[in-house]
Amino acid sequence: MKLVTAIIKPQKLDDVKEALIAAGITGMTVSEAKGFGRQLGLTEVYRGAQYKVDLIPKIRLEVLVTAATADKAIKVITEAARTGNIGDGKVWATPVDSVVRVRTGESGEAAV
Amino acid sequence: MSEVVLSAGDTAWVLASSALVLLMTPGLALFYGGMVRAKSVLNMMMMSMVTIGVVSVLWVIYGFKLAFGYEANSQWYGAISLSGLGSSVNELTNNGGIYPIPLLAFAAFQLMFAVITPALISGAIADRTKFTAWAIFVGVWVTLVYFPVAHWVFAFGNKVGDTVTGAGFLAAKGVEDFAGGTAVHINAGAAGLALALILGKRVGWRRESMRPHSMPLVLIGAALLWFGWFGFNAGSSLGANGIAALAFMNTQVATAAAALGWLLVEKLRDGHPTSLGVASGAVSGLVAITPACAFVAPWAAVVIGLIAGMICALAVGLKYKFNFDDSLDVVGVHLVGGVWGCLSIGFFGSSAVNSIGLNGIFYGGGTTLLGKQAFGAFFVLAYSFIATLIIGFIINKTIGFRVKLDAEVAGIDYDQHAETAYELTSSSRGGFIS
Repeated sequence: MKLVTAIIKPQKLDDVKEALIAAGITGMTVSEAKGFGRQLGLTEVYRGAQYKVDLIPKIRLEVLVTAATADKAIKVITEAARTGNIGDGKVWATPVDSVVRVRTGESGEAAV
Repeated sequence: MSEVVLSAGDTAWVLASSALVLLMTPGLALFYGGMVRAKSVLNMMMMSMVTIGVVSVLWVIYGFKLAFGYEANSQWYGAISLSGLGSSVNELTNNGGIYPIPLLAFAAFQLMFAVITPALISGAIADRTKFTAWAIFVGVWVTLVYFPVAHWVFAFGNKVGDTVTGAGFLAAKGVEDFAGGTAVHINAGAAGLALALILGKRVGWRRESMRPHSMPLVLIGAALLWFGWFGFNAGSSLGANGIAALAFMNTQVATAAAALGWLLVEKLRDGHPTSLGVASGAVSGLVAITPACAFVAPWAAVVIGLIAGMICALAVGLKYKFNFDDSLDVVGVHLVGGVWGCLSIGFFGSSAVNSIGLNGIFYGGGTTLLGKQAFGAFFVLAYSFIATLIIGFIINKTIGFRVKLDAEVAGIDYDQHAETAYELTSSSRGGFIS
């Protein structure tokens, strides 16, 4: 089992969600996050005074999948989240040792 | 001379204008409140709100007489006595001649000016001012600075026959200030500079982000200021007449032009026209047209506004060069805009537009009027700056003008008012105590 985590632009959430569902990958957890990447934030100007805004609003998306589906999930998210501009985010997968479905007590891949 | 009788139309307009001008102070609270950080928005707004309280009470006790009395026959102050308002509800206003409106309507209208002027100062000392010290400052400042200066500028004396007693010295000298470029804006701007120097910079100034926490609040505030300003300027005619209409139109077009002027500077200098820029530009235009609104033609109001928006957009950067923390640019907008507005009459003033005004340079009047305007502007600037430095210094040395460092860093709202402005999630938990 793998946990696929993606940091994406907030405005791309709907596209990613629909693409995952269309690919048969259901279930996700979304949180509002802030951060920066290689571009190191952005600059805002108020009455001529420039302020550095380091932490830019992002969406953190987590999808639990079977090991076999992980690459497909990454591919779907990458394509749906891409605008081609800086700040498009990142997607990664991490191994998951155990998973239990709370309602039924099922565990392992059956619980994914 | 036929007896002047009360005019229902004039009285209705002045009363409505008074309400409009009152609205400017809560509007200012929103304008300033949006510009500070989320941790100090309530304190910022409270500084305006308590000013309404303090000044209104002092006005009805003695402030009105100190500003507009004539009994002392002084050009420096009105009279030191109780305001005595209500002695005769049918008494008409006499300010350099009889106006067909009740004295009480005039007193209410002028009260609103006395309220907003100290409130304007508060923007210079955002995020760090001890609330009780501010409330005391307001009472002392209006007594020693605003009420006398209002007398200099706005009191045309009690006129009986051809005899005038107790006119203010700038008014008697012929300095033209229709609605308060000197008494309100230069006065507040110079005082703001003085207090910014007395209190010192905010912790983290020029290091931490101090961007406005809510631009929508700033825009709501700017809208209320713009709306209320029609009462401020057009109400200053003290009647529902052609001069009021002229002041109204000039207020609109100067403000519009100033908003565009500020945006133009931003677009050329920074690349983006901003919402803070359009709001600030509008206010700078309102400030600049205030003294001039009844003395210039509408085309001139457009020029005055456009220049005001452009120079104020540049002037707000001066605090970084001279290293003082005038937090919300009271100096850059009100002092600079006020001085420009006063001087502008010396160029654009036209007696064809308003027979009580002199011709400025562009109407063949020479430099006489400009000289008077410059004298009035700089006299008020100097008096307000020095008097405020002294008042601020004494308050700072006795009760202290600034909150403790920890309180400022953690947020002045909680420290001074035991409140916080925003509860955006329910995650703080807790419950009712008593």
